[in-house]
Amino acid sequence: MNHLPLIIKREYLTKVKNKSFIIMTILSPIIFIALIAVVAYLSQLNNNKTRTISVLDASGLVTEIFQNTEHTTYNILSNVSLDEAKTIVEEAGTYGLLYIPKQDSIAAIVTHIKFYSKETPSLSVMTGLESKLENKLRDVKLQQQGIDLSKLSASKTSVNIAQESFIGEKTSKIDSYFKLGFGLAAGYLLFMFIIIYGNMIMRSIIEEKTSRIIEVIISSVKPIQLMLGKIIGTSLAGITQFVIWILIGSILMTVVSAILGIDLMQQSPQQEMMQQAIDNPEVAVEMQNAMLAFWNLPIANLVFAFIFFFIAGYLLYSSLYAAIGAAVDNETDTQQFMFPIIMPLVLAVYIGIFTVIEDPHGTVSTVFSFIPFTSPVVMLMRIPFGVPIWQQIVSFLLLIGTFMLTVWFAAKIYRVGILMYGKKPSYKEIIKWIKY
Amino acid sequence: MKNLLEAHAVSKNFGDFTALNNVSIAVPKGSIFGLLGPNGAGKTTLIRVINQITMPDAGHVILDGEPLQAHHVQNIGYLPEERGLYKSMKVGEQALYLAQLKGLSKTEAKKRLKYWFERLEIGDWWNKKIQELSKGMAQKIQFVVTVLHEPKLLIFDEPFSGFDPINANLIKDEILHLKDNGATVIFSTHRMESVEELCDHIALIHQSNKILDGKLTDIKRQYKTNTFEVGIKTSDKIALAETISKKFDTSLTDFKSLNDELKLNIKLTQNETSNHLLSYLTTKGEVSHFVELIPSANDIFIQAVKNN
Repeated sequence: MNHLPLIIKREYLTKVKNKSFIIMTILSPIIFIALIAVVAYLSQLNNNKTRTISVLDASGLVTEIFQNTEHTTYNILSNVSLDEAKTIVEEAGTYGLLYIPKQDSIAAIVTHIKFYSKETPSLSVMTGLESKLENKLRDVKLQQQGIDLSKLSASKTSVNIAQESFIGEKTSKIDSYFKLGFGLAAGYLLFMFIIIYGNMIMRSIIEEKTSRIIEVIISSVKPIQLMLGKIIGTSLAGITQFVIWILIGSILMTVVSAILGIDLMQQSPQQEMMQQAIDNPEVAVEMQNAMLAFWNLPIANLVFAFIFFFIAGYLLYSSLYAAIGAAVDNETDTQQFMFPIIMPLVLAVYIGIFTVIEDPHGTVSTVFSFIPFTSPVVMLMRIPFGVPIWQQIVSFLLLIGTFMLTVWFAAKIYRVGILMYGKKPSYKEIIKWIKY
Repeated sequence: MKNLLEAHAVSKNFGDFTALNNVSIAVPKGSIFGLLGPNGAGKTTLIRVINQITMPDAGHVILDGEPLQAHHVQNIGYLPEERGLYKSMKVGEQALYLAQLKGLSKTEAKKRLKYWFERLEIGDWWNKKIQELSKGMAQKIQFVVTVLHEPKLLIFDEPFSGFDPINANLIKDEILHLKDNGATVIFSTHRMESVEELCDHIALIHQSNKILDGKLTDIKRQYKTNTFEVGIKTSDKIALAETISKKFDTSLTDFKSLNDELKLNIKLTQNETSNHLLSYLTTKGEVSHFVELIPSANDIFIQAVKNN
């Protein structure tokens, strides 16, 4: 008698109808978006503030580079001594004073430029000033050595090496960023999914034990059916929650940015710098390449690999969570068993971040993309960089094989554990259960 | 087929611990079979083997002439000792779910639930959650769910725990009613008075071994000691007691009575009959009380466990 659909249906409906589940599903994206909106709003407030910087250019070499911009006003001081200038600025209460001394050589000037302010100036302001000065002083140096600047800029050549693999796949630097982005997103998504919904499965099994209904149920269905039903039902509820999150999230995102007029995606305080960067023709070309880069990704492979590795990886871990749930009586007892589950997951994410990015086809990345407990995360991160199909298939088969093994193992623990009450089991005992 | 269920030489070990050692039982069709034993004797393990929750290490179980198979769960209704229901699920939904797991269709389950809920006068609980009900109320639902699919074999593990006397009686009557309708019942309990009232057959399990089984009346016959409880009206109780003790094996006893009389337990030997005793006693005084002492299930239980 196959009761699996019935069990899945019950698990799904109980989860979805649960009040706290409904509240979490609706509230989480709202809170999340509200948080982003607040952060974006605050940083915009900060950005809109104009600051006045006073400049005392004793050398007279660089005065013309200080042109007012939207957020920065330059107040050029002249015919005052440094001490007088300091007093003026301090009394005016403006942002600060940039002092460029008069020296014999540019090399000497460079070591004596100073910025005076009441509070420590922001890093982005200092970097901006430094790069302005560097550019100008370089030009001055070149001119002093008799080099014609217009000829120099005319001689500038821009090289963009087109990368192509032997079988004709075009790649570029921007590609790498996309690949990285996809890999990280996929890996993290799986990680989060396992932790949130694995815990949910564990709790629902413990609930069955504490409510003492378990013996009634397993006199009607096989424990393995019950376990699979719980895993599948809870996962479907999880997917439902995820989809709703994404829907509500994107709707809210659109609405909020329309109402507040804030571009939520571009919340970085370095908007000005970004603008400058885009004006640069080289970067503009790169931006165009980016769109191409996206289409250069092995999209079909990515989608399939994502679906298969995500499902198999999730099932593998959730069967372990189910086994833990069956072995213990209450949630506090789960701690000692959680660590060995979380460990390989965390390891996988770290390997993904540190090793795959450096060397996606190196020994470490390759090996860990085959080991079943890390392969879902590591392989998903590697695939955008192009992994031979045979490797993906072998890794996937290994994963499925291990999943079968853990299900068998978990079902054994489950079968015995669900009927054990009032005792906190040790690893030794659990191994004994497998032999029963 | 005379027996609905037969367990043949069932053994089960958990590691070094032996839960069942070569236990065989035969449950006649249409009987109420009492499965007795002290705590931890192995009763629950045997019941779990019958329910295919635990696989035996050795031995096999025959249900209605067939070796036990997966589909037989539909023919068994099991009310475990450790029982409960999903706390946050509504009564009706939950009962439907459990009935469907036993193989009933949804419409059939609904029809039967309506009948049972009316019968036990719990119809207005359908939309309540279990956590809103008292323990006794939840037990009633559990009972309904156990019997709903009209199984041939019903297994009740301590069915009366958690019930007040009125509801315990109600459930007892329902069990007898089910038996009259042809169900066979295995009944595991410590409460000997309900064994006395309900069971036709019993089996006693002690320390993983079956130490006694058979028809309750046969076992009582086997355990009776040929002892009679008598009361004789007399003017001199001490003298009379002395006289009788010279002829029979006697001891003083006490029982409830309206008379002031000599109260004795008299144990007869194999070749003496009650008639002998009675005619002898009538010569000594007016016999106001004469009863054969039949061992209670409780006495048998304690004695059998002690002897092992």
